[in-house]
Amino acid sequence: MLKDIAFIFGTTFMYATPLLYGALGGVFSENSGVVNIGIEGMMTIGAFSGAASTFILLELYGNALWVPWAGFLIAGLAGCFLALLHAIACITFRADQVVSGIAINFLGPGLAMFLGGRIFGGSGTTPTIPLEAKLIRPFDTILKGKPLLGMMLNQYISVYIVFSLVGISWYILYKTKFGIRLRAVGEHPKAADTLGINVYQMRYIAVLISGFLSGLGGASLSMAIIANFRPTLVSGQGFIALAAMIFGKWKPQGAMWACLLFGVTTALQIYLGSPAVGLKISTHLLSMIPYIITLIVLMGFVGKSSGPAANGIPYEKGKR
Amino acid sequence: MDYLKSHIDLNELVIDMRKITKKFGDFVANDCIDLKVYKGEVHALLGENGAGKSTLMNILYGLYTPTNGEIYIKGKKVDIKNPNVAIHHGIGMVHQHFMLIKPFTVAENIILGIEPITSFYQLNMKKAIEDVEEISKKYGLYVDPRAKIEDISVSMQQRVEILKALYRGAEILILDEPTAVLTPQEIKELIQIMRNLTKQGKSILLITHKLKEIKEAADFCTIIRRGKKIDMVEVSKIDENQLAAMMVGREVNFKVHKEEKRPGKVILQIKELTVEDNRGISTVKDLNLTVQAGEVLGIAGVDGNGQTELIEAITGLRKAKSGQILIKDYDITNKTPREVFESGISNIPEDRQKHGLVLDFTVYENMILENFRKKPFSKKFKLQKENIINFSKKLIEEFDIRPKDENNLARSLSGGNQQKVIIAREVTNDPELLIAVQPTRGLDVGAIEFVHKSLVDQRNKNKAVLLVSFELDEIMSVSDRIAVIYEGKIVGIVDAKKTTENELGLMMAGGGYK
Amino acid sequence: MKQKIINETFLFTILAIVMGLLVGAVVIFISGYNPIEAYGLMIKGIFSKPKYIARTIIRATPLILTGLSVAFAFRTGLFNIGAEGQFIIGALTAALLGYFIQLPMILHVPIVFLGSVFIASLWGAMAGYMKAKFGVHEVIATIMLNWIALYTSNYIISLEKVKMPGSESSYDIQETARMSIDWFKGIVGASTKVNFGMVIAVLASILIYYILFKTTLGYELRAVGYNKDAAEYGGIHIKRNIIVSMSIAGALAGAAGAVHVMGVSYRASTLAAMEGYGFNGIAVSLIGNNSPFGVVLSSFLFGGITYGGANMQLLGIPTEVINIVIGSIVFFVAAYRIFQWITIFFNHEKPQKEDR
Repeated sequence: MLKDIAFIFGTTFMYATPLLYGALGGVFSENSGVVNIGIEGMMTIGAFSGAASTFILLELYGNALWVPWAGFLIAGLAGCFLALLHAIACITFRADQVVSGIAINFLGPGLAMFLGGRIFGGSGTTPTIPLEAKLIRPFDTILKGKPLLGMMLNQYISVYIVFSLVGISWYILYKTKFGIRLRAVGEHPKAADTLGINVYQMRYIAVLISGFLSGLGGASLSMAIIANFRPTLVSGQGFIALAAMIFGKWKPQGAMWACLLFGVTTALQIYLGSPAVGLKISTHLLSMIPYIITLIVLMGFVGKSSGPAANGIPYEKGKR
Repeated sequence: MDYLKSHIDLNELVIDMRKITKKFGDFVANDCIDLKVYKGEVHALLGENGAGKSTLMNILYGLYTPTNGEIYIKGKKVDIKNPNVAIHHGIGMVHQHFMLIKPFTVAENIILGIEPITSFYQLNMKKAIEDVEEISKKYGLYVDPRAKIEDISVSMQQRVEILKALYRGAEILILDEPTAVLTPQEIKELIQIMRNLTKQGKSILLITHKLKEIKEAADFCTIIRRGKKIDMVEVSKIDENQLAAMMVGREVNFKVHKEEKRPGKVILQIKELTVEDNRGISTVKDLNLTVQAGEVLGIAGVDGNGQTELIEAITGLRKAKSGQILIKDYDITNKTPREVFESGISNIPEDRQKHGLVLDFTVYENMILENFRKKPFSKKFKLQKENIINFSKKLIEEFDIRPKDENNLARSLSGGNQQKVIIAREVTNDPELLIAVQPTRGLDVGAIEFVHKSLVDQRNKNKAVLLVSFELDEIMSVSDRIAVIYEGKIVGIVDAKKTTENELGLMMAGGGYK
Repeated sequence: MKQKIINETFLFTILAIVMGLLVGAVVIFISGYNPIEAYGLMIKGIFSKPKYIARTIIRATPLILTGLSVAFAFRTGLFNIGAEGQFIIGALTAALLGYFIQLPMILHVPIVFLGSVFIASLWGAMAGYMKAKFGVHEVIATIMLNWIALYTSNYIISLEKVKMPGSESSYDIQETARMSIDWFKGIVGASTKVNFGMVIAVLASILIYYILFKTTLGYELRAVGYNKDAAEYGGIHIKRNIIVSMSIAGALAGAAGAVHVMGVSYRASTLAAMEGYGFNGIAVSLIGNNSPFGVVLSSFLFGGITYGGANMQLLGIPTEVINIVIGSIVFFVAAYRIFQWITIFFNHEKPQKEDR
């Protein structure tokens, strides 16, 4: 029994993690007033770049301690690259933010699989990273020999990073000069402009942060949960992250709870499907659980929140 | 009333704008305009909607770059590239539509852009609140720094705007149409605030199209019309009629001509109506009101006293919590907008672009917004384009909508012509009751006259008209009876011919007889 | 005035397509291949044989329908990411009805087709209902419903009576439920599954144009799409319109699924991930400016690039370059102001602002 709970607990955090990176990315972008449905594409390119660059760095430099960290960072930067395109379209050229996001969702997987095919051959799957070059589990030695605690807490560093990022994001958004300006730009860009705040600059920064976090989210899949990139790896998690952000009312802590909800339903699904439990239910039906529960929760959660007032509206200086 | 005049110093010119020209494409918004403001002065900038006042002020505040011309501040030539430069030169601006961030607190709004911080880039909200308290004490502008903007009144929000400018060390304050949303009493307070500020050496640029305010508050007045400067005058040496003639370019008769008429039978009857807003607060409480055939009933009151919810409840857009709404004894309480419309109510909504028109539809498509399902505009499920076009052509001619082309998108029309499309559509329904909410907002004098005439025509045809406006002048000149709304209740009904602005103002502020 | 706007949009779309292909060329060049050769192969892959042309058309057919689905919803102010799931439901229903019912062809084909369209339209309407009744954003609702559709389909296909032993698919549908054009196969070969789907798709686009622009229903839906507040003031029932719009969108995407099963695959298969018909429909709709006829044209473009583009493999170029091209086209459609900016830059004129 205890073991089952520990299993569900640990699995919840594992599956919530990639979503939470993406959702936090969305929180930054959308609080500055730029809708980002391109999270999916940014996560995909991040997942690929993380796994691929780790593998290449391993070949070049051997199994150094810094290699997975470099891969993780490169994943974030790859997300940034797509985010930069999104920012140029949406902020400088006042594009329809949804359309630009769709373009990002084609470019992300397209680039990932094209580069994958070009570098490693085949259908865009990267070679598997050896276990020791994955992201580290910081408490591996401490938790050795403690199976229950281990099952719960012996997570990859990416899990601990993202949950501390929730607090950090909250601090940045609500307690710092940068954060108050970022939210001001998302609520009423013209007001911010009249006070000498550079709306375009704030939005660029926010969208780039969003891309960086989404890229890390992809890497948390390809460098921790599994150990390579494959075309079906992200498949829709960017959209779920987007839903979690909306469900979490555009706030870091809200997004966290929404991702945990999704994580726990996924964990339950895996738990119920495990042979140990012995339930005779089709895995196909079990796989639906997270989505159905999310929909039910959303329907029960009346009193829709509408997010930052200027979200999705391009800002044009000198227009009244 | 005896006001202290400002503390003007004619030896020191704080603003000197020379030959300012601003073009938008082929359109010349400002054509070689000069503007001079002295230290310690209240200087009025008078002009109709669309005359180019806001453009000129946006240039001074660095939001637009002038096509031509020079600006001197305190004798020094300056290049105001953006608001930061304006702020640096001591210019502060209070925009007509407040530039406040609603979910933020008063203090957060005031410090935004020059936030005090502690180590670690953390906002120092304690210092921010102290600063705000100190500055609000210094200028006698009391506000609660911890309150959220969305929770405070409009006049409080205006104070926040003024404090925002003062916090940045503004020496010159631009106030853009500051009285549009205030009660007469609040206007007096504002004028007093302006006096206090000039006493402390500040200069004020007051943008307005209200002549009375200029007479009461300003020292000098620059008049612009169609982008050109007409004159600069000393306010004490000129009367309101002269100002009006300079503003419009012809003699204006502000009185609306109405034939004598005795109101007929009751058309609209509202009994004990209670309506809640989106937050679940009852903003209309046990309200009673009747409107008769052949009268214009004006509802006077400050924005936010339940007008919006009242009208939404009548038109079926919002559910009434309790009470009854009858039109000619037919109960329309909580009917759908369509049923309400079919019962004989037409509506000229407050926000014409949001509620009155589909901007991306053509003019002819907009003309049938309520009637597209009826003959001759459609047959079964098929639209009859030819009939729609002919109908639209007729209305365009009749209501003089320009340009005279039904294929234009509504978006491309001027504000006045957009309003004409709505009025044409609604009046042609020949409704028993015509509701108009703020029907002249943002229109120029010609269009205002047209709107007022349309409302009175409807009354003269023995129909009922319900007018909601925040402009007392409009209410007083168009209405037969005036009902004052305060905190969701009608606190008094008076005869428009017998009442005074003072009496109405008192009631609007809640000091009326119950 | 109006004419000018249409032409401008068309011009920008053409420019976006050119730019998208250029980006693709640059990518191909950087990765060490000859872009002219590559695009040459692509064009050969589309036009060099009647078979290829036919296959491009077959490829374009479901895209027209899912593109119309997305475009129709866009016109009414809704973003239908759910075409994917509606497609799956349409395909599943067609596979079931096509296998289990025994009827002469003249009845079987219409019953299978209309049945699939009907069930998919209910599936679409669910998202509309959730938005109208509970305020759930249609983007989230349709994303969730996509996955639910996928697993529902997988589950039903896994049932003993449905699953063809030794495969990951359902049994093939009856001959009487297939809508292939047999006499055509003499020209393009038996393996090229020419079918009536294209006829259905083109008819659907005409029908959608008619509904949107000539009927009261279309007037209502467009009014809600442009400005739902004004529509509500005018007495239009917003919530009902949302449900109607999503059910029509669902019907169109479902038709795509039905056509695919009845004309090409003859069966529904277990899916590990989304196939992309719905997502590609979004791109098709956007490139086609959300107009019914634009969608037809952009589907051919899309079908051509994806089908002919696969030929680039002959040079060893990963076919995913196609997604880069399509993504770039959509990107430039979104950021069309880049072209305005370039024109202005070359004319040495200051940008004019349309405001005041």
